This record gives sequence, C-alpha cells and structure tokens, in this order.
Amino acid sequence: MSAEKEPLFSSKNLKLLTEPLNDSNPITVQVLGICSALAVTVKVKPAFVLAIAVVVVMAVSNVVISLLRKTVPPRIRIIVQLVVIASMVILVDQVLKAFLFDVSKQLSVFVGLIITNCIIMGRLEAFALNNKPWQSFLDGLGNAAGYGVILIIVAFFRELLGSGTVWGYKVIPESVYDFGYENNGLMILPPMALIVVGAIIWVQRAKNKKLVESN
Amino acid sequence: MENLVNIFIKSVFIDNMIFAYFLGMCSYLAVSKTVKTSTGLGLAVIFVLGFTVPVSYLMENYLLKEGALVWLSESFADVDLSFLSFIIFIALIASMVQLVEMVIEKFSPALYSSLGIFLPLIAVNCAILGGALFMQERAYNNIGEATSFALGSGVGWFLAIVGIAAIREKIRYSNVPDPLKGLGITFIITGLMGIAFMGFMGIKL
Repeated sequence: MSAEKEPLFSSKNLKLLTEPLNDSNPITVQVLGICSALAVTVKVKPAFVLAIAVVVVMAVSNVVISLLRKTVPPRIRIIVQLVVIASMVILVDQVLKAFLFDVSKQLSVFVGLIITNCIIMGRLEAFALNNKPWQSFLDGLGNAAGYGVILIIVAFFRELLGSGTVWGYKVIPESVYDFGYENNGLMILPPMALIVVGAIIWVQRAKNKKLVESN
Repeated sequence: MENLVNIFIKSVFIDNMIFAYFLGMCSYLAVSKTVKTSTGLGLAVIFVLGFTVPVSYLMENYLLKEGALVWLSESFADVDLSFLSFIIFIALIASMVQLVEMVIEKFSPALYSSLGIFLPLIAVNCAILGGALFMQERAYNNIGEATSFALGSGVGWFLAIVGIAAIREKIRYSNVPDPLKGLGITFIITGLMGIAFMGFMGIKL
C-alpha cells in the first residue's frame, strides 16, 4: 500500500466519494438505510436535517472504527460499532434538541433510529474495518451524501406535489389554484414515499442499464 | 383488558410498523423472496419485540426517566438519565437477541435451525429499536400495555412480510418492465399495500 504517497484527492479516492452518488447508491442499489429514509420525507427541511445528521454520524464513526480496526477483536466488533454509533447519535440528538428544537420534534424517534440505520453498520462492516481512516472518511461522506440526495429528491417531490411548497415557501402561484389545481393530499401520506422511491429507481435503472436485476 | 386488546389491534393494523413508519424495511426488502424464510423472520421479530419492549419499559421507568431512581433513595428525585436511553436500549436489544437465541437453541432446536442466521440480524432491525423508542415516546401506563403494543407491532410486521413475500413469489411470472424488476417493483407493491392498510385508519379504538 503506497497510500502515504498518494495525493489526498487521487482519482481512486475521489471515486469513493462519487460512486455512491449513482452507481452504488446506498438506497437505490445497496438497499441500505431505507427505514429512516422514508418517514421523514414529507417536507424538505426535516429531510435535509436528517441527511446532515447522517453525514456527521457516518463520517465520524467510519473514522473511529477505522482507527480502532486493528485493536478490536472480531467477535465483539458489532457491539463496539453499536457503541460508537450510539454515542455519536446521542451527541447529534442533543445538538438538535438544543439548536433546532422544532425539527427535532418532527423527526421524533428517527434521530435515534440512525443507530440501527443499516447504512451505517453496513459501511462500517464492509469498508471501515479494512481501510485507512482517510479513505473511510471519504467513503462515509460519499455514502451519506448518496443517501441524503435521495432523501432530498423524495422530499422535494412530496412537498411540491403534496403541499405546493418547497422548504416551507410557496412555489405554486395562486393563479394556478384559481384554474382548479389542487394539492395532491395523497403525496403526504406515508405509502407515497415508497412509490416515489420506486419511480426514482425506475428512472435511474432505465438510464443505467448495468443496474437492472435479472429477476 | 379491553384497553389491551385495543392497543394490540391498533398496533397491528393502524400503526403498522412497516406501512405507517417504514421500520425494519431493510430486512423486509432483503428477506422477502420466499414465504418460508419470511415466516421464520417474522416469528423471530415477534419473539424479540415481545421480550425487549417490556424490559425497556422497566428500564425506562425505574432507571432512565426523570425521578425514576426514587426507589433507590429520595435524593435521586431529580436525576434525569433519559439522554442515555439510546445506548441502554441498543445494548439491551443486542443482549436480549443473544439471550433469546440461546433459549431457543436450548428448548426448541427445530425452531432454532429454521430461523438460522435471521436471529442475530434482528439486533440491527430498526423495528425493534423503533418499538422501544415509540414505547418511550407514547408513555404507556403499565407494563401490560407496553407488552400488548410490542406483540401487536410484531404481528403487524409478520403480516406485512409474509404478504409481500407471497406477492413476490407470484410476480415472478409477470411481465415487469426491466428497470423496475426486483427492487423497484417491490417498493411500488409495498406502497400499494400501504395504501390498502390505510383503509384501517378511520377505525376509532
């Protein structure tokens, strides 16, 4: 390994950062982290806050686990990972409660559920355990960003079609409503998140043929 | 008693873990290829939820909540440990899963071998931690209510995963557009099932 001499942003390292945005997106390709992804996507703002929280937790815990990777015996690694993640999540939760109390109320249990968000455990297991801290940091950032992007896209469509706003601001002009346009109340309901994600997967795979499943 | 039945029905149908809160989605999508394995996983989830939520309830009320430590000494009346609840619950769940695994292995080897690898995986199933956190947020009055909520959520999860597995077994014979095959269509079916389950929403209990 000549990673010491490699520039920090070599093409290999950059790939770690960009690949999860499309080819190995954690939600639409690896199927990780769906649980908390869907319930908070009614409005853009909470989705954005959760995405940031996941980025922080993921980047830091990836680095920590990567630093510990040689000292932790494999038998107890899961419990060590959970403790690291849980302490990060407690920190994030306390920060949210202190500075963004409304959003923290809206997110309710979903901040806590970042702990069992499979995306974090999955990346720790698959990547941070075998790689150096800097690469793990990039991998964490990339995957969390890929997760956040999907979250925000879903939230954008649901908020736009469901309540005619984006980030709480009205974007659909009053005159359109005068023509008889109605907000689609169905978009606010939980099941529509699944269907929007299904549609995103459809679009993505139609563009990117190598992701198509055989069955 | 009537109250317990109400909570049970409510958490099976109205507040269904999968269709209303998307909890446990990861294993739900990954394991729902055949009815047989998904039945096994569903049963294991009912089991673990039924154990962990009541124990978390005891933890919450005798250890974590503000003033919960009064039973030790009056001087602890304003100690509030609730910021520790994530770490306590996750440790509890991990050890409960281990315990349940050992108990099942000892007393029912047949069930143990049929559940196989799914038991340890349950530790990171968000439905379990979600159950514990919802229990904390909704502040049930006594341990009976918490237990009935836990069992109801487990049964709801079981129904959902067995249902989707049955549909996925059949959909193999249909002509789905290529980019939608596999994951995409599963999402959309889950969405449609969710809309169907919303039909229960008007029920007042």
